[in-house]
Amino acid sequence: MSGKGKTIKVDYLARVEGEGALFIRYDDDQVHDVQLKIFEPPRFFEAFLRGRDYTEAPDITARICGICPVAYQMSALHAMEDALDLVPTPELRTLRRLLYCGEWIESHMLHVSMLHAPDFLGYPSAVAMAKGHPEIVRQALEIKKAGNALLRLLGGREVHPINVRVGGFYRTPIPEQFESLREQLLAARDLAEQMCRWSARLPFPENNQEFEFVSLVNPDEYPMNEGRIQSSRGLDISAGDYEQYFREEQVPHSTALHSILIERGAYLVGPMARFNLNYSRLSSRVKQVAEELDFRPPCTNPFKSIVVRCLEVLYAFDEALRIIENYQPPAHPYLTVKPRKASGCAATEAPRGLLYHRYGINAQGKITHAKIVAPTSQNQKTIEQDLRLMLPKFMHLPEDQLQGLCERAIRNYDPCISCSTHFLQLHLQHDQPGSL
Amino acid sequence: MVPDPRLIATEKGKPKLAVWKFTSCDGCQLSLLDCEDELLLLAEEVEIAYFLEASSKVEEGPYDISLVEGSITTPDDVQRIQKVRKQSRFLVSIGACATAGGIQSLRNFADVTEFTSVVYARPDYIATLKDSTPISAHVPVDFELQGCPINKLQLLEVISAFLNQRAPQVSAHSVCIECKLKGNVCVWVAHGTPCMGPITHAGCGALCPSYNRGCYACYGPKENPNGESLCHWWAEKLGTDKATIIENIRNYNALAGSFKKIGESLEVNKKRTT
Repeated sequence: MSGKGKTIKVDYLARVEGEGALFIRYDDDQVHDVQLKIFEPPRFFEAFLRGRDYTEAPDITARICGICPVAYQMSALHAMEDALDLVPTPELRTLRRLLYCGEWIESHMLHVSMLHAPDFLGYPSAVAMAKGHPEIVRQALEIKKAGNALLRLLGGREVHPINVRVGGFYRTPIPEQFESLREQLLAARDLAEQMCRWSARLPFPENNQEFEFVSLVNPDEYPMNEGRIQSSRGLDISAGDYEQYFREEQVPHSTALHSILIERGAYLVGPMARFNLNYSRLSSRVKQVAEELDFRPPCTNPFKSIVVRCLEVLYAFDEALRIIENYQPPAHPYLTVKPRKASGCAATEAPRGLLYHRYGINAQGKITHAKIVAPTSQNQKTIEQDLRLMLPKFMHLPEDQLQGLCERAIRNYDPCISCSTHFLQLHLQHDQPGSL
Repeated sequence: MVPDPRLIATEKGKPKLAVWKFTSCDGCQLSLLDCEDELLLLAEEVEIAYFLEASSKVEEGPYDISLVEGSITTPDDVQRIQKVRKQSRFLVSIGACATAGGIQSLRNFADVTEFTSVVYARPDYIATLKDSTPISAHVPVDFELQGCPINKLQLLEVISAFLNQRAPQVSAHSVCIECKLKGNVCVWVAHGTPCMGPITHAGCGALCPSYNRGCYACYGPKENPNGESLCHWWAEKLGTDKATIIENIRNYNALAGSFKKIGESLEVNKKRTT
């Protein structure tokens, strides 16, 4: 690189969870290098889990992420139950799905309204956006609040809930507890439907790309806790085979490991992948809204992921209300099991996509090994690839706008850098023609 | 209204709030965004001048009140917290990572080089310190709000106390008191469930016991906890082995002063008996 190279620097990429940096080197003809740098400090969960009791895994791994703790709890306890051949009753399974609905609503609405929407409307934050669009912000907060109310009832609190355990729950609700919540969910569902219509009218940059979409697929329902891992290009495996098909690689510029599909490369997990692979299993109301908006799968423009998130929020309300209306309290809040030497794994659908856990435990029930693959580390390579392909289409833009667009393109993925391992710095280097 | 002479003057005459992240899960700063009913009101009272997770607009310091999340685990963190302190008139550390090292401080009891090689194929790419340490180990802290995660209403109380020039009303008593106030049946006495409630700081609203579960001390130590007595009764009455007690002392608040001490004396006793 010669000293003539033009460099644009933005110190931090805001409105993402965690800290990292982006480095892009390009000239007028092509993009030379794209590195999404993550330097969120490592926290070594997989190392210090060893020696801890198997019953602690859901609570400890929840601390990986304050935005999607339920996802970590779900993957951890399903993996432990896989190891111990424990099959929760249908009632317990349904309650877990209800808890997940709460997290999908809360996490998606946080991203849609506070992190993502300001990009489309030209505001630095949701608080600033509230001055120009008070109704939208107010509605979004109402929707988010309903998701959090669900989390509180079932989980005890919004961040790091305390009520789930291997085998079930510590305490299961009685039907009366859902009465006032039901009213709140019904009202928020109407707002969520309006939010779908609003999001579809936002101005989207054209950026359709080809992705290999990967998500759980379950013939009976839109995937949350169970299903086979499938892709838009024919992959169809069980969670037990995950590590034979996917590999994590370490790259020098990141404390998050990059995940690839062996011999195929980058792939995409998350709302777009779920939507594209499971559209038919959405509720009839969601499909009706999507069709009215002419928003059918496949969605291949990451800028439009905001619409997918809104549709998934609407689905989560439909599903939560369906579950509450049919709710029968489980006979026992949890099943018990004696620990033994075993290993097990599970993948569930975190709001940001597939979350894989594998554990080994010894005869005393102490964890002997742990492996966790977070959605953002799976998407990291795809984000870099997206930027590489997107930039040439927008080279005509002034540099500050181009840089803003790159930041937005990263936010499309709702990257949770705390999950994948923080300080986002953005360096755009524009090489002069002829420089090295 | 007479302007508060302590405040750093801003154009709008509002105090400037900053939110900083160190090594953490983001959950405690998220608590601020989880204040769905109060967030916009709060934004009327303070100027949210630096909060990267919520806003791409960054205002220069100095700041009137800084909320600091996370523990110090990298050489860069060590430098950055000094800069944050210099720019902040009132610094509040929020959450177990910032006040007590967090779950990642479990590395302090192990070999971090070995840890790095368990997670990363190329440990040489990773810059990390041997220990995870609380904010107070590096700079003076004006108030510590405990909890993993913090209670968002307590956070609002701390900000409100600052705005109104009074001391924050955050009770330092135990979870047991919260249980009594709620009318909970004691999970220990009634069900024999090991519970950390007697030595754990209040603030969660006695959540776990309310859900028929023993407290696992995510709010850290209460004021003057009698850890020795708790360990004695756990072992005597519940037959819980010492390792289980260590697991409960050494989880989310392992470096909090009294928990650290209890953990160390348990280790010494363990060595003596084996």
